Amino acid sequence: MGALDELTSPAGDGDAVCGVPARLVAAPRDTAEAAALVTAARGLAVVIRGGATKLGWGPPPRELDLIIDTRRLAGVVEHAAGDLITVVRAGTPMAELHGLPGQQLALDAPPSATAGGTVAANASGPRRLRYGTARDLLIGITVVRPDGTITKAGGKVVKNVAGYDLGKLYTGAFGTLGLITECVFRLHPVPAASLWVRAVAPPLHAAKILAGQFAASALEVNAGPGAEPELAVLLEGTAAGVRERAAAVAELLGGEVSPEPPQWWDVPPWPADGVGVKLTGRLSQVPALVATAVGAGATVRGSAGAGVLYAGLAVDQGDAGVTADQRTVEAGRAVELLRAAAVRAGGHAVVLTAPAGVRETLDMWGPVHGLALMRRVKDQFDPGHRFAPGRFVGGI
Amino acid sequence: MTDIDALAARLRAAIGARQVLTDRQELRTYECDGLAHYKVIPALVALPRTAEQVAAVVRACAETGTPFVARGSGTGLSGGALPHADGVLIVTSQLRDILEVRPEDERAVVQPGVINLHVTQAATPHGYYYAPDPSSQQICSIGGNVAENSGGAHCLKYGFTTNHVTGLEVVTPDGERVRLGGAAPDAPGYDLLGAFVGSEGTLGVATEVTVRLTRLPETVRTLLAGFSSTDQAGAATSAIIAAGVVPAAIEMMDALAIEAAEAAVRCGYPAGAGAVLIVELDGPAAEVAAQFDEVSELCAKHGAFETRIAADDAERALIWRGRKSAFAAVGRISPDYIVQDGVIPRTALPAVLRRIGEVAAEHGVRVANVFHAGDGNLHPLVLFDDAVPGQASRAETVSAAILDLCIEHGGSITGEHGVGVDKAKYMPRMFSDDDLDTMQLVRCAFDPDGIANPGKVFPTPRLCGERPGRHQGTHPRHEAGVAEIF
Repeated sequence: MGALDELTSPAGDGDAVCGVPARLVAAPRDTAEAAALVTAARGLAVVIRGGATKLGWGPPPRELDLIIDTRRLAGVVEHAAGDLITVVRAGTPMAELHGLPGQQLALDAPPSATAGGTVAANASGPRRLRYGTARDLLIGITVVRPDGTITKAGGKVVKNVAGYDLGKLYTGAFGTLGLITECVFRLHPVPAASLWVRAVAPPLHAAKILAGQFAASALEVNAGPGAEPELAVLLEGTAAGVRERAAAVAELLGGEVSPEPPQWWDVPPWPADGVGVKLTGRLSQVPALVATAVGAGATVRGSAGAGVLYAGLAVDQGDAGVTADQRTVEAGRAVELLRAAAVRAGGHAVVLTAPAGVRETLDMWGPVHGLALMRRVKDQFDPGHRFAPGRFVGGI
Repeated sequence: MTDIDALAARLRAAIGARQVLTDRQELRTYECDGLAHYKVIPALVALPRTAEQVAAVVRACAETGTPFVARGSGTGLSGGALPHADGVLIVTSQLRDILEVRPEDERAVVQPGVINLHVTQAATPHGYYYAPDPSSQQICSIGGNVAENSGGAHCLKYGFTTNHVTGLEVVTPDGERVRLGGAAPDAPGYDLLGAFVGSEGTLGVATEVTVRLTRLPETVRTLLAGFSSTDQAGAATSAIIAAGVVPAAIEMMDALAIEAAEAAVRCGYPAGAGAVLIVELDGPAAEVAAQFDEVSELCAKHGAFETRIAADDAERALIWRGRKSAFAAVGRISPDYIVQDGVIPRTALPAVLRRIGEVAAEHGVRVANVFHAGDGNLHPLVLFDDAVPGQASRAETVSAAILDLCIEHGGSITGEHGVGVDKAKYMPRMFSDDDLDTMQLVRCAFDPDGIANPGKVFPTPRLCGERPGRHQGTHPRHEAGVAEIF
């Protein structure tokens, strides 16, 4: 175990994933060292950790020996402004990529989230309406396979159809197919001007914005029990163009133009110890989905323009009259209600996070099409089922 | 080898006698796709009319170990739909219904044989369209677009097929019908949809496609600018991008390509131009107006001696006619030509164009350049006369050298035409053995017996080893390298 001893250190108190403690941690400095580490860690159960902003998403690992921390794999390797691309190491904080000179990686994420983690978790935010998600912005990737092989897919040009688009396969795979060490992203110019329109308006009115000629960069809904639902629209472009469009949107929705987003913009609607659910559906079904979620006691936020919402349920911890079992049953019922609504809407309900005790009782991923094929993909990449075991769909 | 007569009998029973072709004359119709110098007559052609029939054909292939190749309209330019001599060609052109157009969901659901342009035509009355627009959009099929991840002139702003397909029903190489993705985004699990799009028929056959519909822009403005050289036009392109403008399209043609287009369609491009740029902006009127002025100024600043602005749809169509007809138009000035498809970083454009000129001169071959300048996707047309001994091979040499230039500059061997049979041999120049091996892990998951479009994309097929799901332990090669563990 010589190599493993050299590359790892004993885990500390914070080195756990959803309450499952690791024995070892390692923070490789480059792709070669990461490959040596993964090779030496043969037989160990591994979970990859970036900024840990979404480490709590998904079921706990079935077993855990080693946490690979990517934060030393950091830094922008290349920013080719004329080509609108950047090559970055996986542990680079997103804050760095949101503020490249004159350009941006247009992927909403907390500043401390890493590029690799954002790709692995397929995280997105309001601006996905205009810019798409990680799958649309990632154009090249370097991955250390669970057997230690270093492998690349894609490249450094946006337009490229040579070979399979494995970047998409690794995106949202939650680290179950290997360790992402480097990403190549397509960039966008920072818009000259941005304005928000905020309005108290039902989700149904989002359709008016989509059917209009406003080219909104984001169209967000915010609704919860006992409050008037709101819409917020982000407009980006030239100063004059944005002013004109913002005024038109404000008139249509009966809202106000603001240089700032509302407080709830891109903020997950669940409390730290609550249940967070991602809901997707057809655009026309967004109002129904919002209504069901609010009816179930959830606060709902997300992109009415993309059909991707987030619902947050508070789990009552303090009420002396409620037993732990009752709380679990209630949370389970609420999730089932949301899931049924999402399925009716043509989408899915995925539980991203839930408090300990409740998490174990929920089917977090829910039913998935093509699961047999997914298992076959996993078997090919990670036949020993060592990378993030049990954290993905169908217990993958 | 498969008993083709027995297979034909089985398929006739499954999908109807008239849907199965075995007559050699009839089979010849399908001997090539758009890359006509590769020709193979398939053993059998199946023309299924439903997804269930596609599955029945694939199941029969799987059970008899028969290779199959799917084909849409046969417009592909990399030989991706080149038949297998001992295999079944599954033609999807009879699956041609538009099943749903739902503007309220920004989605349409279509069968794979539906023509690309027909999706836009179905959506336009509702104020929407289907954004990917390959030059062949009047005849190419959506199923073929899915297989090739087709692009088009407007992908600079709007992306490729993969960004506009949200769901598929596919028949996997074992004959199973599987749904990947759907009407809603972000389906949980591995993004097998993303892996399937652009897999060139090696992972199965798409039988239903859910596409994203895009709102028709409020305004479209098109500008044609004449420059004395490609260097100038390239510099103008870089300046437009550097200014933070993302046009819907920036297309460039050089003097030889302009000459061909004039001969073919009399598009009336500026006389004496060494290069023309077509720049199209679309979106909200106020945005387009401001950016259009900026683009016009940047073109003038970088040497545009004549700028024309399309006043109406007819003038826009005329500007585009020259560009869209360019491939075919080259036939007016050369008996034979190779259409190349490579990608370079946009900033390498001037250097690469000069080098292409030098290489062409060294070999005594003419090259006409037509390309999507905004995203660095080159389409050099290498001209030759097959009747002149040696010319064809010199053209091949130049064409290959252009791909090497693309790789040298950190680009790609294909931006939209695909690898197919034509470029499989170049894949190892762009990817390591390990990279190709990793791609084939996906192949093994979908198609362990390698019967779906064999011989395409990968220069060397990977042996998939044990059947998926039963593979235990780590990679044998790796096992050998880590003795210290024991």
